[in-house]
Amino acid sequence: MKKHFFLIILFIGGFTGFSFGQKYFSKTGRVHIVSEAPVEKIEADNNNGYVIFDAASGRFEFSVLIKGFTFQKALMQEHFNENYMESDDYPKAVYKGSIADWSTIHLMNDHVFQVNVEGQLTMHGVTKPFKCPASIIMKSGGVSATSSFDIAIADFNIQIPKVVKDNISKNVKVDVKVDLLPMK
Amino acid sequence: MAAADGQVIAQKEQDLLSLLGREETTEYAAASFKTDHVINLHSLENTAAGVLDIKISHRFGFLSEGLYQLFGLDQATIRIGADYGITDRLSIGVGRSSYEKSYDGFIKYKILRQSTGLRTMPITIAVLGTTCIETLHWAHPERNNLFSSRMYHVAQLIIGRKFSNGFSLQISPTLVHRNLVETASEKNDVLACGFAGRIKLNKRLSLNAEYIYLLPDQVAAGVHNSLSLGFDIETGGHVFQLHFTNSTSMIERGFIAETVGDWGKGDIHLGFNISRVFTIVKPKT
Repeated sequence: MKKHFFLIILFIGGFTGFSFGQKYFSKTGRVHIVSEAPVEKIEADNNNGYVIFDAASGRFEFSVLIKGFTFQKALMQEHFNENYMESDDYPKAVYKGSIADWSTIHLMNDHVFQVNVEGQLTMHGVTKPFKCPASIIMKSGGVSATSSFDIAIADFNIQIPKVVKDNISKNVKVDVKVDLLPMK
Repeated sequence: MAAADGQVIAQKEQDLLSLLGREETTEYAAASFKTDHVINLHSLENTAAGVLDIKISHRFGFLSEGLYQLFGLDQATIRIGADYGITDRLSIGVGRSSYEKSYDGFIKYKILRQSTGLRTMPITIAVLGTTCIETLHWAHPERNNLFSSRMYHVAQLIIGRKFSNGFSLQISPTLVHRNLVETASEKNDVLACGFAGRIKLNKRLSLNAEYIYLLPDQVAAGVHNSLSLGFDIETGGHVFQLHFTNSTSMIERGFIAETVGDWGKGDIHLGFNISRVFTIVKPKT
């Protein structure tokens, strides 16, 4: 509770203005994944993404535990972990990247900034360069970021057997939303 | 000096996420077996919360019956059952077997769950209670028969561990209580210990084995220890279990205390269990 109180103080203090040279973080980053295939639509959520953003350099890192995704059906969740993501061997998906042209962006309160993100995405034991657009939402209450992109699962060495090719999409849509807090 | 500074900065940058510390979650071992049964024995796994698992289990006759019975294919023993997960730790089930026209029910609760992360637990322990009522016509209707004579109860502990993604092992100390036995030399309370394991051959196929050791001098002559070998084949929503076993019954009191088949003489049943899951209550996200 004390810790939370401290965070709140920081939060109020920190967000009267966005401070460069500050690090921001979240432990509750939301990741929503959707596979839309002819036979079924499969969705899962993870609300425990770890994010850290260094405002000095524009660099950030994002990590989610694969086992933290919850599905509508327990069996889907088991198959996701056992057969596709092999989460015992590859427990996390990690993105390490930076915001393109960070030094030229002047953040202001009550603005939404469209930015491009570049970096490396690692999951299922494969690391690939990955770019996507993102939005940074500055409000007087805080800063948050969202992004939507598609991942071609074959790029990450995840095979879909022929029997279920109509059940699982080759491209999984990913929506990310994080509310950032300043680090002390 | 400048180069050294650069290195320090690079190192700091690489470990950005480590500033947040470890994820504060507990990860429970999952899918140590593909279903809540190894072959005949209950496995470490439970039916997930809100999921109904319909089971159709079938044993052909003994291979030793020879060509006249087409190596057992002419005969069948069947159990139809349904298991339901109330929570991820508590599940219940009911079934009806053609073997002695039995009705059975079970309740299974995971006391400990193997986990890593915030809370580390090396093993899973589950407790299982089953009850069976056989409904054959009384052998001696002229006697004063008691309903309780039809009842059997089983208490079992299931202790096991998923050692790796491909290998799980469990032991199941068991007490079978039989209200009525045929001869005075048979014990009403039978102690046994089951051993079971599985090796994953690939993502959708695993090799399972189980053996149940009966402590000596408890059961009728001619009763053997149960030994079963089989495969779990996963096809989307179904798990198909194909196996060879010397046990005819598919419920605890039967396959533990009344297995008459002798592997050495070819008294082996070809059998299968089909498991199909239905999500009744969707988990909250």
